[in-house]
Amino acid sequence: MTSSNLLSITTFIFGAAAFFYFAHWIFKKQLFGRLGTWTALIGAVGNITGLIMRWVESYRMGIGHAPLSNMYESLVFFAGTIVIIYLFIERKSKNAIIGAFATPIAFLALAYASMSPNISDRIQPLVPALKSNWLIAHVITCFLGYAAFAIAFSISIMYLFKRRDVQKTSSLLSHFPKTQVLDELNHQMIMFGFLFLSIGIITGSVWANSAWGSYWTWDPKETWSLITWFIYATLLHARMMRGWYGKRIAYLSIIGFMAVLFTYFGVNLLPGLHSYGQV
Amino acid sequence: MKLTVVLLLSIALTSIIGTVIPQNENPEAYLRAYGEYLYRLFDVLDIFNMYHSWWFQLLLVLLTMNIVVCSIDRLSATWKIVFAKNPSFNLSRFRKLTQKEEINASYPPNELKKRYEPFISKQFGYTRVEETEKGLCIFAEKWRWTRLGVYTVHLSVILLLLGGLIGSIFGFQGYVNIPEGEKVDSIRARDTGKIRYLGFEIKCEDFNVSFYDNGAPKEYRSSLTIIEKGHPVYKKDIIVNDPLRYKGYSFFQSSYGKMAPNTASKKKEVANKPSDEITLNFAGSQSGKSYRIKAVIGKPVDIPEGLGKFVVVEYRKTAEFAGQNIGDAYVGILTPSGEKPVEVLLPLHFPNFDRMRKGAVVISVADQTAKKFNPGKQTGERYYTGLQVTKDPGVLVVYTGFIVIIIGCFITFFMSHQRVCIDIIKGKTKSKIIVTGTANKNKMGMQQKVKKLSDQLANLSHRS
Repeated sequence: MTSSNLLSITTFIFGAAAFFYFAHWIFKKQLFGRLGTWTALIGAVGNITGLIMRWVESYRMGIGHAPLSNMYESLVFFAGTIVIIYLFIERKSKNAIIGAFATPIAFLALAYASMSPNISDRIQPLVPALKSNWLIAHVITCFLGYAAFAIAFSISIMYLFKRRDVQKTSSLLSHFPKTQVLDELNHQMIMFGFLFLSIGIITGSVWANSAWGSYWTWDPKETWSLITWFIYATLLHARMMRGWYGKRIAYLSIIGFMAVLFTYFGVNLLPGLHSYGQV
Repeated sequence: MKLTVVLLLSIALTSIIGTVIPQNENPEAYLRAYGEYLYRLFDVLDIFNMYHSWWFQLLLVLLTMNIVVCSIDRLSATWKIVFAKNPSFNLSRFRKLTQKEEINASYPPNELKKRYEPFISKQFGYTRVEETEKGLCIFAEKWRWTRLGVYTVHLSVILLLLGGLIGSIFGFQGYVNIPEGEKVDSIRARDTGKIRYLGFEIKCEDFNVSFYDNGAPKEYRSSLTIIEKGHPVYKKDIIVNDPLRYKGYSFFQSSYGKMAPNTASKKKEVANKPSDEITLNFAGSQSGKSYRIKAVIGKPVDIPEGLGKFVVVEYRKTAEFAGQNIGDAYVGILTPSGEKPVEVLLPLHFPNFDRMRKGAVVISVADQTAKKFNPGKQTGERYYTGLQVTKDPGVLVVYTGFIVIIIGCFITFFMSHQRVCIDIIKGKTKSKIIVTGTANKNKMGMQQKVKKLSDQLANLSHRS
């Protein structure tokens, strides 16, 4: 079996995990929750194994490099990171309903990678600019940040649902974590994401300086990552200094994630240096 | 604080402009894209080089000043807390906390104090015991200094901007092209075009480019030698991501090109030129079918499935794509039905080249085998290497800022000033112990810690 096959199968496993988590949420049966957890865990293992196999395959082809070099590989890594961070949170918060909101993002990311005609799953050799040890550090830290923001996004959505139900009449929302817990989790995820986004921008910057002789050139991807950084910086300041919490933080978190998505996908529509991510 | 948010958001919003409008292109391109009126307007506002415009730089300076002012304003209060000689504890404040853990023990307060104190001091560092009207209480705290974390983050942002400023004043960005076997002693500035003398010479001994089988570039390598007063002092092969650094200057592999060919190689070119009749392969992207059609240079052919017309215009010995030599190729014009004509490159070494265009039809020269292509090795050709040359004394300051910001963010987000109070109240036979705690951040996490601490204390109070 090739890594591409394994990763295609993983897509369905993530889909199944999302389905179980949904069933757990709707029918409130612990069994579904546990099934979701195990399926997600199997998917995460499949995801990591797929990446490792891809790494090995690239060496067999004689063009060995870490599987973090193009759109396909980054999406696979993104999906895996989301699920792993989510599982960690599930363990800590002991609430599996968040899975119904977090795992679909991982499923969509992997499905997009596996099925989109615009994304090639072929292992391609590295162009000279990408041949650097900074590649691994840069991609891993950026995507840890992105994944944390993705989960903060799903928690924010849950928060907004939960909050609208003031009388606590909706049975669908009764098993959601308390609003305070969701709010705090959102904040924690954003701090985690912010730290890694910062490290991601910094490693990218140091890398650019060793490849092109300039640590900041205002190329669209750089600029958009900075815009994203500013949005989350605003959020953190609003919370720490002005005591913002709840709804406003949830909205800012959603806006922040939109900026993440644009930095990730939208920038490819603009002219710039980061064209490796395109295909 | 409001001003900070306004500044942050206005920098974020205005930054978007520069990502939508390509920066630093030539005026003709802008005129064509935006028309005269918009061009003039954008030009006045420096939109075409907006990140270096006065108004954008002003926003950055304002943000820096804002950070400095706000930090100093708040620092004095924090400073007093952090560097207080005797940390103050307010028992009544701890007693008012709603979240508390309670345990019981059958020892008097003094015995419990003996058991608890070493354990707590190990966990927290600072402890203090005070007598209360009902018994005694142990205060403990740790990580008081983390209250300064946020200031280190702000300091690092100032370092970053300062480093950028140093770079823009004392830094230098230039480029130079050196033909193989030749040396230069000066470089040209990227922005002003002025010549700058290095004070030493740099020679390009050799340049090589290699390609993967699929035609993508694999490595650009220049062998460089630094020459001081006629003597070679330093040699290094540079590739992308591995520059040469000497006397504050850095030399980066940035581009390459071919010197004008001499007459000998031109003759060879004519001799190698293939016949004018070419067999082309047309593959419909939709249908998946492919068709072989004979074509002659200059005569248009109809593409099956009504996909338009195609005419081979010329043969080029050395074609270029995105600034790279891709070997010999035919150049043709494709006119898809009902659309504008586009130029299509058909390199003889890369049969799948035209797929990149993602058009309705993929065109290639039939019967070609993807011969390995290595323009570096072709005889009678000379290359020049294109080097990007920089000198930026601000980099050290910026990198310091990078390290400080990571450490600062970690402290600010994940460490907090934690205080606990163990209130031991003497009863008739048993003692009641109330454990409470506060932190300046992550209050929920602190509650869990308090719970854990009280469990550990409960353990200590039952063991004999």
